[in-house]
Amino acid sequence: MFAYVVRRCFTGVIMLIVMSFVTYFLFFASPIDPGRFACGKSCPPALIKQTDKALGFDKPWPVQWKDFAIGVVKGRDYPEDPALRKSAPELISHCPAPCLGYSQVNLINVTTELKDKIPISVSLALVAFVMWIIGGISLGAVAALTKGSIIDRGVVGTSLVFYAFPTFWMGLFLIEFPAIKWGLVQVPSYTSIADGGVWGWLSNLFLPGLTLALFYMAGYVRITRAFVLESMSEDYLRTAKAKGLAPRKILFKHTMRAALTPIVTLAGLDLAGLLGGAIITEQVFNFNGLGKLAVDSTQTFDLPTVVGLVLLLAAFVIVANIIVDILYAVIDPRVRVG
Amino acid sequence: MTSYLSVRDLVVHFPTIDGIVKATDGLSYEVERGKTLGIVGESGSGKSVSSSAILGLHRGTNAKVSGEILLDGDDLLQLNDEQMRQHRGSDVAMIFQDPLSAMHPYYTVGNQIAEAYLVHNRVGKKAARARAIEMLDRVGIPQPDRRVDDYPHQFSGGMRQRAMIAMGLINNPGLLIADEPTTALDVTVQAQILDLLQDLQREFNSAIIIITHDLGVVAEMADDVLVMYAGRAVEYGPCKEILTHPEMPYTWGLLSSVPDLSADTNAKLIPIRGNPPSLLSPPPGCAFNPRCDHRDKVPGDLCTTQVPDLTTARSGGNHVKRCHLANPDEVYATEVLPEIAPDLAKETP
Ligand SMILES: Nc1ncnc2c1ncn2[C@@H]1O[C@H](COP(=O)(O)OP(=O)(O)O)[C@@H](O)[C@H]1O
Ligand SMILES: [Mg+2]
Repeated sequence: MFAYVVRRCFTGVIMLIVMSFVTYFLFFASPIDPGRFACGKSCPPALIKQTDKALGFDKPWPVQWKDFAIGVVKGRDYPEDPALRKSAPELISHCPAPCLGYSQVNLINVTTELKDKIPISVSLALVAFVMWIIGGISLGAVAALTKGSIIDRGVVGTSLVFYAFPTFWMGLFLIEFPAIKWGLVQVPSYTSIADGGVWGWLSNLFLPGLTLALFYMAGYVRITRAFVLESMSEDYLRTAKAKGLAPRKILFKHTMRAALTPIVTLAGLDLAGLLGGAIITEQVFNFNGLGKLAVDSTQTFDLPTVVGLVLLLAAFVIVANIIVDILYAVIDPRVRVG
Repeated sequence: MTSYLSVRDLVVHFPTIDGIVKATDGLSYEVERGKTLGIVGESGSGKSVSSSAILGLHRGTNAKVSGEILLDGDDLLQLNDEQMRQHRGSDVAMIFQDPLSAMHPYYTVGNQIAEAYLVHNRVGKKAARARAIEMLDRVGIPQPDRRVDDYPHQFSGGMRQRAMIAMGLINNPGLLIADEPTTALDVTVQAQILDLLQDLQREFNSAIIIITHDLGVVAEMADDVLVMYAGRAVEYGPCKEILTHPEMPYTWGLLSSVPDLSADTNAKLIPIRGNPPSLLSPPPGCAFNPRCDHRDKVPGDLCTTQVPDLTTARSGGNHVKRCHLANPDEVYATEVLPEIAPDLAKETP
């Protein structure tokens, strides 16, 4: 088991390296000249060249990728241009490892930039995740147990309705009505645990979390319902019933356990995707997270930030996959190796 | 005086969009403690459906169940769900055909066996586990204290069925229903499992219903035999009686498709022609009539218009059969036996 985890982490790192290579190739093969955006709209060509040189954008992309990789491992110093360093040593700034580059738009190291945003997006994703997992699984189980009844149809139908609403609409609705018109909750603005305590943190995450949860929940209702129904026709449930187990025990111990595998698969990937930032929800609630950063950095052609974001998201997905695979082995003894 | 288990006029119908599936229709039988009833019939004849009714496994489904199922005098069909649950696994236990799918793949064998003990006894987990190990040992699993923590997929087919038997007998039930317990197993393992069941029956003095489509199993195990066809009993009586003097052409068909009943080298294997009938719209009259070779010996169109009653067989005693033939014993002796067991036919004039 341990060897398996080590092996998976190792391949994960290799995948990240390949991803960064491909990302570099794609972005720097594009006709965008990063220096142009760094120095403003009416920038004379000479100045663009100089900016490119200062940031190392004039080198061929494999060399740039190599510098980037060294930066991730060892850290690096800016500006890149040796001539500039000599003439103006006071400009030299250090980007400590893991250095993901320097955003010439936001004038900040990408790593620092991401570090500020990660807690916001991760908090939002986790709160939403907890809500949709609890809601989705319990409603899905209720629907399965009342299959064909009004309750079943109501649950499945309602979850689909919420799925059909665009998240920006749901977000705006939740701000407009429960928060502003009815005053049930305050209009959320992100507060860290350090600033507002656990309650302040949580209460500000409630509405944006709910917006996401309502959207994601539909899939969990359906998949839970389907797998609970499927496992109810399994022979081992007949055995459980024949033993004289109480219906509650049969449901929680025998039926739900079997539905766990597909739920874990879906949950792992959904959560990983969301950790990289909920683009629309963050915009609507004006949360300064990774999603908003992604939108801003693409609009300003802030390539180092985009590369950093892509790699971070890829890392989330890779880690989530490893965790899901480990969970499989925890859930299903037949998967366990060695 | 009633038997330990007495099933009377049991009916299990499934209403479907195509009509009513009459999976069991007016079935009656008795089993004493320490005795074994074999229920035989082709697949789809209602063996599993009728036996599951004893454990109330049709509760909560759309099945319509009626009749009487008296266990030690109590009518199980009159109990509420909670009372029925108290009987399941404690007085009546059931083991199933495919022990791999009958066990939860995610829990250890020991956990699943101990669970059956925990439901019906006020004991802790430790005591239940100890009891599970004891039962695994009893059913012949080597190193039970180690194997108790194995998962079902780590057991062989025969060991899984042994474990299922351990699970079934852990509360010392008065009645064990074994639904085709050896069908999914190798021939050599089959014999071991049957031996084990017989040993345990002697030890616990329980009643056993063994469901099978194999008359060989019945010959080895059963005291009484019930032959089912299309949801009904077509022949019922003491095992010896039915194997030597069967009076229903369907039973003859089953006998002629058994390979080594008398180890008769000249015996012919004759499969029953045709297919089992639909339970949705069984043939009118005797449900077996379209497949019967002896229909022409019955005057008129009795076979195709009237369901024969369950009547006392010509050989008398507790032996009953459902057939319009006037002299089935003679037909069997002169026409059927010489075909399927020529040597045997010569011995008994
Ligand atoms: N839930 C159900 N709904 C409709 N028909 C059923 C249901 N369960 C079993 N049957 C039908 O009842 C018949 C008898 O099945 P079963 O008792 O399993 O036969 P077997 O003798 O092989 O054990 C079959 O034709 C089967 O299709
Ligand atoms: Mg069956």
